[in-house]
Amino acid sequence: MLQINCPYCGPRSEVEFRCGGESHIKRPGPPEDVSDAEWSEYLFFRKNPKGIHFERWLHRFGCGRWFNIARDTVSHEVLHEYAIDMPAPTIIEKTK
Amino acid sequence: MSGYRLDKGGYIDRNTPLTFSFEGKQYSGFDGDTLASALIANGVSVIGRSFKYHRPRGILGAGLDEPNAIMQIESGPHTIPNLKATGIELYDGLQANPVNAWPSLAFDALSINSLLSRFIPAAFYYKTFMWPHWHVFEPTIRKAAGLGVSPNFPDPDRYEKRFVHCDVLVIGGGPAGLLAAQAASRSGARVIIVEYDPEWGGSLLNDPKEMDGTTSDTWIQKIVDELQEAPQTTVLNRTMAFGVYDHGLIGLVERVTDHLPVSSRSGVRQRIWKVRAAHTIIASGAMERPFVFPNNDRPGIMLASAGETYARRYAAAPGKRVVVVTNNDYGHYCAQSLQKMGVEIVAIADARLQKNTLLPGQIDLNNYPVFFGMTVTDTSGRHRVRSAQLHAIDDSGKAISGRSHNIDCDTILMSGGWSPVVHLFSQAGGKLVFDAKAQAFIPTSCEQNIVCVGAATGEYSLAKNLIDAAKAGSNAASKSGFKCGSMAVPSVEGSEASTVRAMWQVDVSAIGGSEQKAWVDFQNDVTASDVKLAIRENFQSVEHVKRYTTLGMASDQGKTSNVNGIGVMESVLKKPMAQVGTTKFRPPYDPTTIGAFAGRRVGENFAPLRALAAEQGHKEAGAKFDDYGGWKRPVCYLQGAETEAEAVQREAKAIRHGVGIFEASPLGKIEVFGPDAAKFLNRMYVNIMSTLKAGQCRYGIMLDENGVVFDDGVLGCLKENHFLVGTTSGKAAAIAEQFEEWLQCEWTDLDVVTDNVTSAWSIINVNGPNARDLLQKFDCTVDLSPDVFKHMQMREGRLAGVSCRIQRVSFSGELSYEVAIPWAYGASFWQALISEGAAFGVCPFGIEALMILRIEKGYLHVGSDTDGMTVPQDIGFGRILAKKKSDFVGRRSIMRPDAVRKNRRQFIGLENISDESPFRVGAHILPPGKVAPPAHTQGWVTSSVYSPNTGKPIALALVERGTERYGEEVQIWDLGESRRAKIVRPGVFDPEGRRLHV
Ligand SMILES: [Zn+2]
Repeated sequence: MLQINCPYCGPRSEVEFRCGGESHIKRPGPPEDVSDAEWSEYLFFRKNPKGIHFERWLHRFGCGRWFNIARDTVSHEVLHEYAIDMPAPTIIEKTK
Repeated sequence: MSGYRLDKGGYIDRNTPLTFSFEGKQYSGFDGDTLASALIANGVSVIGRSFKYHRPRGILGAGLDEPNAIMQIESGPHTIPNLKATGIELYDGLQANPVNAWPSLAFDALSINSLLSRFIPAAFYYKTFMWPHWHVFEPTIRKAAGLGVSPNFPDPDRYEKRFVHCDVLVIGGGPAGLLAAQAASRSGARVIIVEYDPEWGGSLLNDPKEMDGTTSDTWIQKIVDELQEAPQTTVLNRTMAFGVYDHGLIGLVERVTDHLPVSSRSGVRQRIWKVRAAHTIIASGAMERPFVFPNNDRPGIMLASAGETYARRYAAAPGKRVVVVTNNDYGHYCAQSLQKMGVEIVAIADARLQKNTLLPGQIDLNNYPVFFGMTVTDTSGRHRVRSAQLHAIDDSGKAISGRSHNIDCDTILMSGGWSPVVHLFSQAGGKLVFDAKAQAFIPTSCEQNIVCVGAATGEYSLAKNLIDAAKAGSNAASKSGFKCGSMAVPSVEGSEASTVRAMWQVDVSAIGGSEQKAWVDFQNDVTASDVKLAIRENFQSVEHVKRYTTLGMASDQGKTSNVNGIGVMESVLKKPMAQVGTTKFRPPYDPTTIGAFAGRRVGENFAPLRALAAEQGHKEAGAKFDDYGGWKRPVCYLQGAETEAEAVQREAKAIRHGVGIFEASPLGKIEVFGPDAAKFLNRMYVNIMSTLKAGQCRYGIMLDENGVVFDDGVLGCLKENHFLVGTTSGKAAAIAEQFEEWLQCEWTDLDVVTDNVTSAWSIINVNGPNARDLLQKFDCTVDLSPDVFKHMQMREGRLAGVSCRIQRVSFSGELSYEVAIPWAYGASFWQALISEGAAFGVCPFGIEALMILRIEKGYLHVGSDTDGMTVPQDIGFGRILAKKKSDFVGRRSIMRPDAVRKNRRQFIGLENISDESPFRVGAHILPPGKVAPPAHTQGWVTSSVYSPNTGKPIALALVERGTERYGEEVQIWDLGESRRAKIVRPGVFDPEGRRLHV
């Protein structure tokens, strides 16, 4: 069970959160200008990196706010927590 | 020595004798014994039968590595299966039984398994019993190869969970763990130290030493006293760390009352601790390995360290004529120590040549015959070992024909080298490497703040380990921001330089021996030849060999077998241990009671149901309750001797002829405020919500981003920029959360606030032609007159002095008001409606009657009449879609070719033209010309009831091109019955909707 540092509340156990999956996905629109391929890319295609993953989490049983984290999918280390509307930070991956 | 109990010594209390039973026979032991030590002291050598072959087995170890002594203790509700006798503290009246013997240990009917075929090879069961299906055979095979039985009664014990944070967690209460904890504790850091055993001291209990000029017992006591007095330090014995998870989360299970007689237990039996530790120090020690030689599983063959533990800690001699077989110095220390305690040593076989040993002067080689360069190659004896055959071995470990001895004995103690207990470190993600000097897998680095100290590192010098442990304790505390002074490390006697010769398996090919009976994994009955067979069948990876042979997969998780198994693989694969690698260890370290994980979440507390505001009122009205989406709600209200079905029919009829009341409090209520509230709701709903005026309501459906119908409900406009969103009862929380997700993550430019007020307001629905008359009995500021308060409108006001929100909406097709008042007043409002309603013959009704009414009206129920493929066009929303130009959630998805194809399943009604009983939900609609499957299904029945108000069975369904086919007769395939139906418009009762507008 991860320990996640909510930017608004501080470190809390994973059970208080809900993972919203990959972050920084742009919703395409307006609908009539979006191709089927573009829309399916948005709906279904996700990164599955071995390494740093940017993802959004909701502090569901806490402040109720969404925020982003950068998590290493190998070590589960959380390298950054940042506001939902901030761009993804640049992270130099550790050599493993 | 009387029997096997030594005359003096041990940590047992000889003034407190205890009686216990094993396999129905009475024995006696002492306070301080384990079940295993008491059985040994009583000379019981056969304590179980093996898993596959039902061979007689004795006790192998003295700790949680024990593979053979698996017990079922107590009976009835208190029975516990599959405990290791070595981990059970003896108490008065303890009842224990072996798990794998039927009808008894002495005569096991299933031991014929070992005579049947030559032997049962790896994966034999899976290969042999494949036809027609493994599951046909599995129950019988499992019984033959079973472990204990689970109790047939509810667990009578109580359990609890505790969550704690600490700076330093120390796992293991031996010398290294204690010193590390002391170093950390003195800094003022929050420290927790845990030890599985009831006693502190670890290896010092077996091997007492002079420490700082005093006995190790005194040293241990002083340190434990100090830790117990330290205010920030928690000291837990009888507590096992069973799992290490992410980010420093460690699971502990504390056995609070397991060591007491069942009748004197009270309170919590076991407690789970979930510890979030900033730093963890693992001081879990090392475990000894057995040797893999033919017939190494006979009772009386034991780990050398276990033999010493039984003699030293429990004053129970492992045997009367002992052969020690070793490949390292410990075998010699053990033999010497046992002899001093009065146990006869017949011989030692040391696999090493004498020139390769570094035995110190204190080891006297003249007390008994010592055979260097020799090892055990076979044994005899049925219920206990009777002799050991010794052969000289060459450089490659192959037994040499001719040079042998046959030695009479009743016990063989094996010291095959030591494996650090790295399970928890591996669980944490720590990396292990094979170390040639220690001949073992040792811990290296870990991403988490976790280090190993003591014998768990593969270093066996106590003096060195104490220095490192004190450092580790101070380091951990300083990293948490505490100041550590310098620590005095106790001086200890003795030198521990040792060599070990790798001996993974004794090669008996040159002397005509058979490795089919050379066990690697005792508990799962896996032999060296099984491992080799698996490799021949091309299972090359250690993880695959493990699963194919079940090596290391028993309840001991291969504590005595993993490393030897990898050693056998090494010899066949011809690659070094380091490359074969080891399997990953997973929690739990030792089986942990499920009740402890459940804690207090059992019975009614497992998934507590939410109660309605007027629950007491419903009970008084005769409600029969059920779980609807986590709410405890009335199904119906029973009168007299009527059945549930009769009650539902009566209620559904009564509402259309008078007035009924229904508690609808679980309906989701989400307030949406702000200048962009209407814009936001336009984006969330298929319908246009921005045109809604204050006091108006509108039915809306909501999609998910895949275009699938997700929810429906009535939205009301309280005033400009302030809406009340109604959701279905089960989805209130999910939709409130979705609103926030869209607002916070996607449309951050919208100025909107949402508030889920579902549990702030109770709702009583007053429903039926007399609804208005009944409500008018109340002192209410809202004018209910039909010309000012119309269908699909809402009003705010006060009812009996309390604020209320009334929506004139209907799920029954009748005149209907949903009256919301603050939750605390819901119960009294219900009571008032019952008493005021008496004059109108008011009828409380449950969910099932409401379902009949809505099916009569053809109103769809999301989740019943829609599924994960239903788009709004399928349920009659095509026109609304055409009118709406702007984007909303799911819009692009319902423009996909699949969503607009012509042959989609559409929502329609079905009239039964075969008979008088309702179709079953799920019955299929067949294509024309077909009366039975196989056939393409054109759709299925989604809702079906007998309608008391039209006097016939009615149904709703999703059918291909349904709305183009009104009037068509179709064939229904209904659980094997062929029936006929006519496709009709949904809504057979009051299709013009006149009753809504009265
Ligand atoms: Zn928070």
